[in-house]
Amino acid sequence: MGYVAIRGGEGAIAAAVQALEAMRCGAVEPACEPGEPLAIAAVRSQLRLLVDRVIGEGGIYDPVRAAWAIKQAHGDPLEASFILRAWRSQLPRLGETAVHDTRRLRILRRISAAFKDVPGGQVLGPSTDYLQRLFRVELLDESPESFRAAVARLPGAAAEAADFPAVVDALRAEGLLAPVGESEAAVDITREPLVFPIPRPARLAHMARGETGALLAFAYSTMRGYGYLHPTVAELRVGWLPVELPHPLSGELQEAGEALITECQIVATHGTESEPGPPRILLGYGACFGHNETKAIAMAMCDRALMAGEERGARHPAEDSEFVICHIDGIEAMGFCNHYKLPHYVTFASDLENIRASRAKYAEDGDGGG
Amino acid sequence: MAADDFGFLDAYAVREIRRALLKALAVPGYQVPYASREMPIARGFGTGGLQLSLSVLLPGDRIKVIDQGADDSVNAVNLRRFIVAACPGVQPVTRTAEATVIQTRHRIPERPLMPGQLMIYQVPYPDPLQIVEPREAERRRMHAEGDYARLWVKLYEDVVRFREVALSNRYPARVHGRYIIDPSPIPRWDLPKLHRSAVPHLFGAGREKKIYAVPPHTAVEPLAFADVPFEVERFRDEQGRRRRCARCQADDTYLDQIPLPGGGSRWQCNDQDACDERLGYPDAR
Amino acid sequence: MTSGWGTPMLAEPPLLSVRGLTRIHGPGCPRCLDSTGDAAGRNDCPHCRSVVAIAGVDFDLWPGEILGIIGESGSGKSTVVRLLHLDDRPTQGSIRLRGGDGGCLELTELDGAARRRLRDTRLGIVYQSPHLGLNFAISAGGNIAERLLTAGERRFAAMRERALALLARTEIPRSRLDHRPAQFSGGMQQRLQIARALAPGPELLLLDEVTTGLDVSVQARILDLIMELQHELGVAMVAVTHDLGVARLLAQRTIVMRCGRIVEHGLTDQILEDPQHPYTQQLVMSAL
Repeated sequence: MGYVAIRGGEGAIAAAVQALEAMRCGAVEPACEPGEPLAIAAVRSQLRLLVDRVIGEGGIYDPVRAAWAIKQAHGDPLEASFILRAWRSQLPRLGETAVHDTRRLRILRRISAAFKDVPGGQVLGPSTDYLQRLFRVELLDESPESFRAAVARLPGAAAEAADFPAVVDALRAEGLLAPVGESEAAVDITREPLVFPIPRPARLAHMARGETGALLAFAYSTMRGYGYLHPTVAELRVGWLPVELPHPLSGELQEAGEALITECQIVATHGTESEPGPPRILLGYGACFGHNETKAIAMAMCDRALMAGEERGARHPAEDSEFVICHIDGIEAMGFCNHYKLPHYVTFASDLENIRASRAKYAEDGDGGG
Repeated sequence: MAADDFGFLDAYAVREIRRALLKALAVPGYQVPYASREMPIARGFGTGGLQLSLSVLLPGDRIKVIDQGADDSVNAVNLRRFIVAACPGVQPVTRTAEATVIQTRHRIPERPLMPGQLMIYQVPYPDPLQIVEPREAERRRMHAEGDYARLWVKLYEDVVRFREVALSNRYPARVHGRYIIDPSPIPRWDLPKLHRSAVPHLFGAGREKKIYAVPPHTAVEPLAFADVPFEVERFRDEQGRRRRCARCQADDTYLDQIPLPGGGSRWQCNDQDACDERLGYPDAR
Repeated sequence: MTSGWGTPMLAEPPLLSVRGLTRIHGPGCPRCLDSTGDAAGRNDCPHCRSVVAIAGVDFDLWPGEILGIIGESGSGKSTVVRLLHLDDRPTQGSIRLRGGDGGCLELTELDGAARRRLRDTRLGIVYQSPHLGLNFAISAGGNIAERLLTAGERRFAAMRERALALLARTEIPRSRLDHRPAQFSGGMQQRLQIARALAPGPELLLLDEVTTGLDVSVQARILDLIMELQHELGVAMVAVTHDLGVARLLAQRTIVMRCGRIVEHGLTDQILEDPQHPYTQQLVMSAL
């Protein structure tokens, strides 16, 4: 032995890597000035919503590393999430967190569409909802000074960490919502095999890592009549959740930091078909890392639709848990879609041989058939 | 045993995958669900096979990685680079005879495998019933009850319509008289090589998160009617003669058709190493 | 509960014995059975909202016999068929099928695979809607072959032959063998269902409103075919219908169901000439 005769492919890969790097560094088109190399800090702070998407789909709360991945991936969110997730899969498990109460969220934004006002108040926060989508010319000429000035004008510091009562608490007190049942154990979907039917905690975990666009598509289908959901956004919260970890020695819970999350609860009126008793209001829940309102709302609607499907059989695509859960992972879908670029000439040759054999038999016995 | 920094996967993952493998070998053809890990290689590019290789390789092993029968195909090179970097002490080889572990996409080497070797397959679709039933929960029930009628009906309809079963690769086969497997997209040509093979064949579907296996010396029978025999690719020319490899003259191997600029085609062995071996490894010096 | 009726054929043990068959949809409560049924005039329990589809259904079926079950929709007759075909499990009760060796099989206790095996080899069913009984995505021959394949047939030519013979027997032209059922007329689709159901040579054939919705002449042809097949093959049948004429033509004995209970049973002619239960009387009157 003592030889490693690898031909062809090695050189091709090296050349591809070089070409890719040239594109990343600005070889987009000859006339295009690449500008300054992007600082990771700039990506992290100025492309915050992209970063938030990537930490959500990558499945790990590490915004700085997400920014790094975005830079490395030339800004492709799927590719960036993939880099982050592959890195994550190798990390050791430090411990398990306890259930966190999101009433303790340090609120950045919090709205309810269900009531005019709610205890704790409506907090509009940084929202694009009421913007006119017109180009802002001043962005063509910005400076660090203009940035600092804008930050200084931040209207009132974000609300203090306070116990914001959840809007649904009031409904529950009135008996309109089912009481909170025994909570099901959380499922680590990165370590437990996926076997259908899967419990709700596993579904929620899959959706929390799901691709925003895919979740949106499924949720949108329920709004358009593929499923009868009459949802109201009971509450949408964006804020920093104090994360508590058990102390390695004492086991006592200690605050280890904060994580920005988006959480949404939708309520759907009228109850289940099979459950006896008076009608009730039903919940759907969505939550994800970072500031991603579309994803949290879409996830909550999918959660509601999936529970309906579980209860009385799926009648629409978004109510079928296997259909939804198997098709919302952007990283898997992207990988498999792209794998079709790999050579398939062995299978294609077998297809051709199969058709040739079939045609030969046709020619032999004409159209009559067996 | 594998050291902590050996093989990329953490010890917990290796244990889970090995356990799944043992179960797969104990229940031939049964698809064992497992928590497929995210690899730095994209889904669809062989993450299932890769996780199996990383879980079974030990220092001193010799790994051969092929894609479409070739060692130098870009994806094979990429996977091999990753495995060799992640597994110090594992040597990359291209000669089938020298390999202890062979990871493959779409082919089984032409050279008969020998005891002591392990075959590892990259699998896109682990379930043969997928062509007749999209819902996995329903497919699991069908496997459990041995309810394969719909697959057989597909065969019946194909023979009526096309005089032939219209499955050229991923041809379903019954293992040990019980479970029907998808043998991964190997051509029909390779399917008989699984029957009572001398080595274990391990199948990993990373994206679909399943592991299954054909143990050594186990019956693997292609699904076929008693009076419509299963046939492999014929590679006949217009006169009905078996085509030969233009390079090594073999007439008993799976061939690649390479269209020529002026019309016509050149035919040559798909299994690069088998062809080289027959020629006495002309490029080895 | 007594099960002494059906005495005319005592010489032989029954093929099928059904005792206390009950199916409740919903949680059920202790008052379900008393609050529903013939006397209550309803099948949904007012206390727990469960639906008592059937309760306490007893009957026997002898080899080669056709038993009629009549009743309007909601009477529970289709539930009986679903339970006999093992598509659903009863809440209570037993269904015993006698085997060729004289031993009895308790069908309610079979696991999934055994139920499937039994359904594939010893039972056949013909539905009112051909879309339930046929696979419209495959050919007529494929529909018959599917039954043969599940029963273990692996010879292509033998399946083709058997399929052709069954088509001929059910008066479908041989040339239609490789056509899809969608290209068939309604009557021909029903005959194809019968061919498919008979393919593995079942001992028990279940007929669920097989002529409902067809033209009278088409109906007559199908009923004739069923009677001929019974004579030739000696296969026992349970024929569910809301049509007294169908019951009179096909069934030697008939059960009348209302609100999930059997309200009357006996020889078909006797029931039609001298109905005892007010509901049956009403049925007979309205059919005149």
